Amino acid sequence: MFEGLSQNLVFGILVGSLYGLAAMGLSMIFGVTKLLNVAHGELIMFGGYACFWAFSLLDIDPFLTIPLAMLALFLIGAVLYSLIFSRTIKLPDESKVKNSLLVAFGLSVILQNLALRFWTADERGVTPAYYQTSFTALEVRFPLVRLASFAVALIFLIALRLFLKNTYTGKAIRATVQNWEAASLMGIDIHKVYLLSFSIGAALAGVAGTLVVTNYSIQPAMGLGWTMKALIVMVLGGLGSIPGTFIGGLILGVTESATSFFINSNYREVAGLILFVLVLIFRPQGLFGTKES
Amino acid sequence: MLSIDTIAVFYKELQAIWDVSLDVNDGEIVALVGPNGAGKTTILRVISGLIQPSAGKISFQGQNISHVPPHKIVELGLSQVPESGKIFTGMSVLENLELGAYVARARKDRSASLARVFEIFPRLAERRNQLAGTLSGGERQMLAIGRALMSEPRLLMLDEPSFGLAPILVEHMFETIRKINQQGLTILLVEQNVQASLELAHRAYLLENGRIVGEGKGKELLSFESVRSAYLA
Ligand SMILES: Nc1ncnc2c1ncn2[C@@H]1O[C@H](COP(=O)(O)OP(=O)(O)OP(=O)(O)O)[C@@H](O)[C@H]1O
Ligand SMILES: [Mg+2]
Repeated sequence: MFEGLSQNLVFGILVGSLYGLAAMGLSMIFGVTKLLNVAHGELIMFGGYACFWAFSLLDIDPFLTIPLAMLALFLIGAVLYSLIFSRTIKLPDESKVKNSLLVAFGLSVILQNLALRFWTADERGVTPAYYQTSFTALEVRFPLVRLASFAVALIFLIALRLFLKNTYTGKAIRATVQNWEAASLMGIDIHKVYLLSFSIGAALAGVAGTLVVTNYSIQPAMGLGWTMKALIVMVLGGLGSIPGTFIGGLILGVTESATSFFINSNYREVAGLILFVLVLIFRPQGLFGTKES
Repeated sequence: MLSIDTIAVFYKELQAIWDVSLDVNDGEIVALVGPNGAGKTTILRVISGLIQPSAGKISFQGQNISHVPPHKIVELGLSQVPESGKIFTGMSVLENLELGAYVARARKDRSASLARVFEIFPRLAERRNQLAGTLSGGERQMLAIGRALMSEPRLLMLDEPSFGLAPILVEHMFETIRKINQQGLTILLVEQNVQASLELAHRAYLLENGRIVGEGKGKELLSFESVRSAYLA
């Protein structure tokens, strides 16, 4: 019983880090631009396909495809923002959330169908040589792929935080979030800030996609499920806190695996949604969110 | 240096500014005074490019800036301390000042600018690592001005820098403005503190209901009967 439980907890945390990474990009975009990009799951899918094709055609290690997936999704994000989302950016916050949600929903259908058309409905996964490798410590098994994915998620969490805290561009992004008018009076081109933030958020989805295809599998219809997870985690962690988002991911991962352990794995998704509703009722700013930004 | 030529400004269908013309010459302190809701802030916002004039023309150093975006206007050397400061409360004093020097032209001199700002406002130096949101009202206003100075402006616009300050601090604030002007910075000052700003300014404009209703040397305007009865009674 005890080993089973700790094994379960470890798996929950490892999976949760992936949820955290999946939500980080969504949260970055929403936090800066107030655009709710519900096509985030499709961006994750594209990252997954980038990894899959680079692995199967060029024989590149899935973890080494990360820069490629990032770059591809950064560019896709920049194009989507410039062509579509920049048109809703000037609306007042409330209608911006609603309009972007509708636009992104339409976009998700288009992206899904594009993937279906080009890459068929086949489920794809990557299995590098070390796929079955795992370590055992204290009678708990740690699969290498999952551990490496956890490390990747953690690295991107830290990198994003350092970028926002310490670089001039990161400070410009934070200033724009706090007060876009004062930011533009500093000489910051806020439209560039929005474009960059959207593209960074998409690039993070690309990274998450490489981990999804390495740990699980991908197919064109996967997007909605991942958007839901990212949304739950974003609300759970709270806005304006990147570490909060990551921890929100861990909480969702552990909740899901605890549900499978104690109740039944059929209920794991439901547990996440219940958690989501509870947080919305009792702590709408999220567990780690601040009301101010 | 700055020339505004018969501009009109609307908020949706509501007109806020009618046919306003105004000039600021090199080295001057020009005051723009008027009662609440006269349109003073609107004029500064339109100069900074935050809103667009629907008629008329604004030029700065000979260049038409009527439809130039705000960040490019700062790059040209025209900065603003907005109403109530609008400092970045979630960042440290130092980060606020660094952001003041965001434009490429100012960024390379930022350590020299920082030293200068700390000389003008020693209080900011003491509190450089403090979160800006925890500063007092007077310190916030100092930070807002220091942040604008970091951009190395040629013309600085201040929107009610004395608002909410204790009388002794107001005096100190006006003294500071005089000092930075004497160091060569041209100033456009929006104020409700009519007496003090007319004494400080070389020239002044009187704004009411979105129109300029008076103009003259600062001290001359002070003796206008209408000004006296309206503001100094
Ligand atoms: N965003 C806005 N939308 C609609 N009307 C506005 C807006 N901002 C200002 N106004 C209106 O424009 C007029 C001028 O306002 P403005 O803020 O420029 O006045 P002000 O002279 O700066 O006043 P105060 O001394 O109180 O700061 C006012 O009637 C105000 O109600
Ligand atoms: Mg005002």
